[in-house]
Amino acid sequence: MRDVSIIGLGQTPVGEHWEKSLKDLAAEAIQAAIKDAQTERVDALYVGNMCSGTLNGQEHLGALISDWVGLRGVEAVKIEAACGSGAAALRLGYVAVAGELADFVVVAGVEKMTDRPGEQVTAALAMASDADFEAQNGLSFVALNALLMRRYMHEFGVCHRDFAPFAINAHKNAVGNPFALFPHPVTADDFCAAKMIADPVNLLDSSPVCDGAAAVVLCPTEIARQFNSRPVRIRASSAATDTIALHDRRDLLGLEGAALSAAKAYKQAKLTPKDIDLFELHDAFTIVSVLSLEACGFAERGRGVRLGAQGDIAIGGQIPITTMGGLKARGHPVGATGIYQVIEVALQLRAQAGANQVRDARLGMAQNIGGSGATVVTTILEAG
Amino acid sequence: MEIARHWRLQRHRYSLVGEVCNHCGVKIFPARDVCPECNAPAKTPYTFSGKGEVYSYSTVHHPPEGFEHFAPYVVALVRLVEGPLVAAQLTDVEGEKIEIGMPVEMVTRKLRDDGSKGTIVYGYKFRPVIAGGAAVVAKDAAV
Repeated sequence: MRDVSIIGLGQTPVGEHWEKSLKDLAAEAIQAAIKDAQTERVDALYVGNMCSGTLNGQEHLGALISDWVGLRGVEAVKIEAACGSGAAALRLGYVAVAGELADFVVVAGVEKMTDRPGEQVTAALAMASDADFEAQNGLSFVALNALLMRRYMHEFGVCHRDFAPFAINAHKNAVGNPFALFPHPVTADDFCAAKMIADPVNLLDSSPVCDGAAAVVLCPTEIARQFNSRPVRIRASSAATDTIALHDRRDLLGLEGAALSAAKAYKQAKLTPKDIDLFELHDAFTIVSVLSLEACGFAERGRGVRLGAQGDIAIGGQIPITTMGGLKARGHPVGATGIYQVIEVALQLRAQAGANQVRDARLGMAQNIGGSGATVVTTILEAG
Repeated sequence: MEIARHWRLQRHRYSLVGEVCNHCGVKIFPARDVCPECNAPAKTPYTFSGKGEVYSYSTVHHPPEGFEHFAPYVVALVRLVEGPLVAAQLTDVEGEKIEIGMPVEMVTRKLRDDGSKGTIVYGYKFRPVIAGGAAVVAKDAAV
C-alpha cells in the first residue's frame, strides 16, 4: 500500500442553485479541482450522491458526469451511503490509489435538493433510515435526531439552550467562508426562538436543505509535489458501520459507528485525539456534534455539550470544529458534504483558510456520517 | 403500492411478532433472523406483550410525504418490557403530556394511506396505559 495525497480542491458555493442542474454543479467542482491539481490525467471518477434517483429522477451518475465533464471513457461510478456518500466515495478513491489500481482519481460529491418541495425532500432523506420500521411509522430523519437529543437531555440533565454554542460557532465561522450558505451570525436568543421542526430539534439545531458540489483529486504522495506545491497527505482513512435503525442500537447515545471509525483512523495514523488541530465533524444537528465529540475521544460521555459553553470548539480553542461553517451554516448538500469537509480541512492545512485560519494547523480530521450514525467515514489529513 | 411488502410484515405490524434467540434467549424486535447479541440464527417467532415505557419522544411538525395530514404527531422510542426498543408513533395523547418513563401499550392504528386508490397501511402505535387496567377507547380511536 502506498501513501495518498490530495492535490486538487474544487467547490461550488452552497446554495439554492435554481439556474444550475446536478451535472452543472458537479462539473463546476470537478473542473476547479482538476485545475487546482494541474494534472490532465484522470484514471477514475467516484461520485458521492444520495438522492439523485428520488429527487432528480437520475441515476447512473458515474457515466453521466464523466461524459459531461470531459472524462468520457474513464472508470466512473456513483457511491451511496446516505449523508455519508461523499466521504464513502473518497474512501474508495483512497483505496484505489493506495492499492496501486489507479494513480489519479477524482472524487466528487454532489447533491441537488432544491428542485423539490419540502415533504418530498423530507421523505427522500428518511430513506437513510430503516424503511419498514422507522420511516413507515412516520419518523422523519429530523425526528430520529430529536429522539437522540431528548434522551441526551434527560440522561445528562442539560437543557436545549446548552446546545446553542454549536449553532452560534458554526454561523460565526461561516462569515469567513465565501462558499457558505448562511454567512451571518446568530445569537443564543435566535437559537431559542427558532421554529420547531421535531421537538426539541428546531431550525437552528438543523442543517439546511441546499445544493452544492465539491471535488478533490488524489494521487500517490511520492509524486504529489510535481503537481501541487501544497499537497495534503491522507494519514488515515477508515469506514465503519452501526445498525441502520436507532431502535437496534446497543447504546443509543454511544454513536458506536463513529467511535469505531475514529479508533481505526487514530490507529492507522498512530495519533490520539490530542494530536488533532481541528475537527470537521458531521453537525447535521447540534446533538450529532456533541455525540461525535464524545465518540471520537474529545469529551467524556455526557460532557461533550460543555465544550460549547467553554469555547473549546472555537477557532483558537482546544478543538476547533466547523471552522468554515459546518453542515449547519456552510450548508449540507448531503452527498457532497463529506467532500466539503475534507476540502475545508485541506484549506486549513494549506494555510488558505483566510480569516478562519487555525494557527499552525498541521493535522486535521473530518468525519462524515450517513444516517443517524450508521455509516461513518473518518479521514485524517496532514500538511505536506 | 407495494402490497406484498406490507403483507409480508403483517404479523410484525398487527401482532408485534418478533423472534427469540434459542441460543442466548434474547427477545428480538423487529425480527432479523440473526441474534444481535450472539449472532446465532434466531427464527423462532415470539409475540411481545405490547407493554412498555417511553424511552424518548418527539413531536413531528414537518412530516415526510404521506404523513402530512397526521401532523403534528408524536413519535417515540418505546422500551418494551421484554427488552427491545421500538420506534413508533404515540397516539391518544398530546405531546406536552408525555414524559420519559411513561407506561404505554400497543394499539393498532392506521399508519398511512397512499392516496385514494392506494393501500392503507395499518400497524402498531402506542398509547398511555390508562390507570385502572381496562383501556378506555378514545373517541378518535378509529383513525
